[in-house]
Amino acid sequence: MADVTYREALRLALDEELARDPNVFLMGEEIGRFEGSYKVTAGLWKKWGPKRVRETPISEEGFVGAGVGAAMLGLRPVVEIMTVNFILVAMDMVVNHAAKVSQMFGGKVKVPMVIRTPGGAGAQLTAQHSQSLEVFFAHTPGLKVVSPASPADAYGLLKSAIRDDDPVLFMENLVLYNLTGPLDTTAGDGAIPIGVAKVVREGGDITIVSHSYTVRRCLTVADRLAQSGIEAEVIDLRSLRPLDVDTVIESVRKTSRCLVAEEGWATFGISAEIAARVHRACFDDLDAPVERVGSAEVPMPYAKSLELAAMPLEEKIEAAARGLLAECGVL
Amino acid sequence: MVLIRRFEERTEEQYTRARIGGYCHLAIGEEAATVGAVDPLGDHDYLFASYRDHGTALAVGSDPGAVMAELFGKAAGVAGGYGGSMHLLDVERRFLGGWGIVGGQLPIAAGAALALDYTGSDGAVLCQFGDGATNTGAFHEALNLAAVWNLPIIFQITNNLYGMGTSVAMASGETELWKRAAAYEMHGERVDGNDVLAVHEATTRLLTMARRDRRPSLLETCTYRWRGHSVADAGKVYRSADEIAEWRTRDPIARFEHQAIEAGTLDVGDVSELRREVDATVTEAIKFAAAAATPTVANLYDNVYGDPGTAAQFARMDTAGPFGERRETRGWRT
Repeated sequence: MADVTYREALRLALDEELARDPNVFLMGEEIGRFEGSYKVTAGLWKKWGPKRVRETPISEEGFVGAGVGAAMLGLRPVVEIMTVNFILVAMDMVVNHAAKVSQMFGGKVKVPMVIRTPGGAGAQLTAQHSQSLEVFFAHTPGLKVVSPASPADAYGLLKSAIRDDDPVLFMENLVLYNLTGPLDTTAGDGAIPIGVAKVVREGGDITIVSHSYTVRRCLTVADRLAQSGIEAEVIDLRSLRPLDVDTVIESVRKTSRCLVAEEGWATFGISAEIAARVHRACFDDLDAPVERVGSAEVPMPYAKSLELAAMPLEEKIEAAARGLLAECGVL
Repeated sequence: MVLIRRFEERTEEQYTRARIGGYCHLAIGEEAATVGAVDPLGDHDYLFASYRDHGTALAVGSDPGAVMAELFGKAAGVAGGYGGSMHLLDVERRFLGGWGIVGGQLPIAAGAALALDYTGSDGAVLCQFGDGATNTGAFHEALNLAAVWNLPIIFQITNNLYGMGTSVAMASGETELWKRAAAYEMHGERVDGNDVLAVHEATTRLLTMARRDRRPSLLETCTYRWRGHSVADAGKVYRSADEIAEWRTRDPIARFEHQAIEAGTLDVGDVSELRREVDATVTEAIKFAAAAATPTVANLYDNVYGDPGTAAQFARMDTAGPFGERRETRGWRT
């Protein structure tokens, strides 16, 4: 089992799906000769040619819409939006069109399309290039949203997303691209079902729920808590819509404490949804109300000191966990 | 054209009887622009339209009863009662929808043309939209993509002079909308949209250009909507009675009738017979729609997702979900 980067895992999944199904093609800005703004598609244009790896002008609304139309005729476009921030000019195509087609036309036509795009902050990219907007899509019936945090999940979920008959928002994260993890390509084809969360660390004292890069931060926090004798259970949601509430509930019933961390704004966020579900399902099990951590509710500032202050870094997550445990009389 | 006219007149009547809900955009006066462009389509060609789509559906050959049933919100409607007036479609006839966001169907139609190109099909796409759509970003992005990628598509502007109540002159820097094609090195032309033969000739020619030469085009068909923007709009405050009256003298149906009788392809008796048949067809469509069953509430969550694995995926979302979602999980198709 070799260690690969998140980027390499994505590229491998794309390459294998291009080989498996001639109806799969990639489309996006700079994904060909330029090899992708974040090099996820490096080498694929050379290998597969311009028909399977289609370079587009800077026309997100245009080419996301073209993806919808091509998918309606049975192709399986995998559209790359350079960063999630740029998808806002294509929101009409995603929310008003892709998400609606199946039901609005009485189930007579489908949109088997994937939109891959990274979000996240931390490189001083400032207000217009540092957002985590997955909640916009997770809010919308008709869309599916996945957000893998490890190379193996990136590989397996991308395969499932491409084979899915519904439009899937595949949320990547800029910081994750260079991180490595094991990928076993010898057992089956590695597809991981959409809609199943994963317990990435077991523990009985507190449940910490997150997705995407924040999972890694939470694992660091869990290690630190372990030094104080606290065993945290860390859950990676992996999929936001559908949301695997069962796995979260099962854990909270065991630990009686729940903290949700996300890189997006917590107000009306993923953590708000998880908190509502947990409070409803685990009201009698909880030692204290669910705690939440998100980004500071400001547009992301440029200065490094301010950026760090705005982000939900390990220190904030740890402080929230310790606060919650203290509230429960532990620690 | 006669069928569309009569269907729309009766649709208006049924709307006022509250048997049709929502928005309802009639195509009375625009019949030639629709029929002249749809008729030349072949077995491998695809069609997209705006929300003013009743005429498009009838022109493509959809069953008038199923179209009326959709307007009535019945399960026997072309979209099972989920789409309504603005979202008609007929997959078998490759009519992929009436779309409700102005300009939204243009990039999607370009994507359909991309798929035809990708699969080596000899088909082309006809994408219909109104003059208002030509001021959206989607219009320009779609035309540019079609030009850059040499897509087999005709973009047809049904220019009825008004986007709701805003005239083309008030909305467009260049009021000869076909000229916008030049910005994309694309062929553009304007024809009299009330002359069904002229529209037919132009579309036939442009379809050949799309299929054989892989060249997209922009076709402006100039016409007029006799009614308001929708049934809720009387259509009188932003245009003069004289203007409406003048356009009514350019009735596309009367014009073709005259042409056909002059040419000897139809006689007066044929026309009367046709009108009787159409009356009966539309009456039958209304009867069918009125008698058809409404969709059952148990089907509320049908087709929101089309993937067979979806029910299993969403089952784990059930726990403590909002009421709607708990219902949803049970209702989803597997």
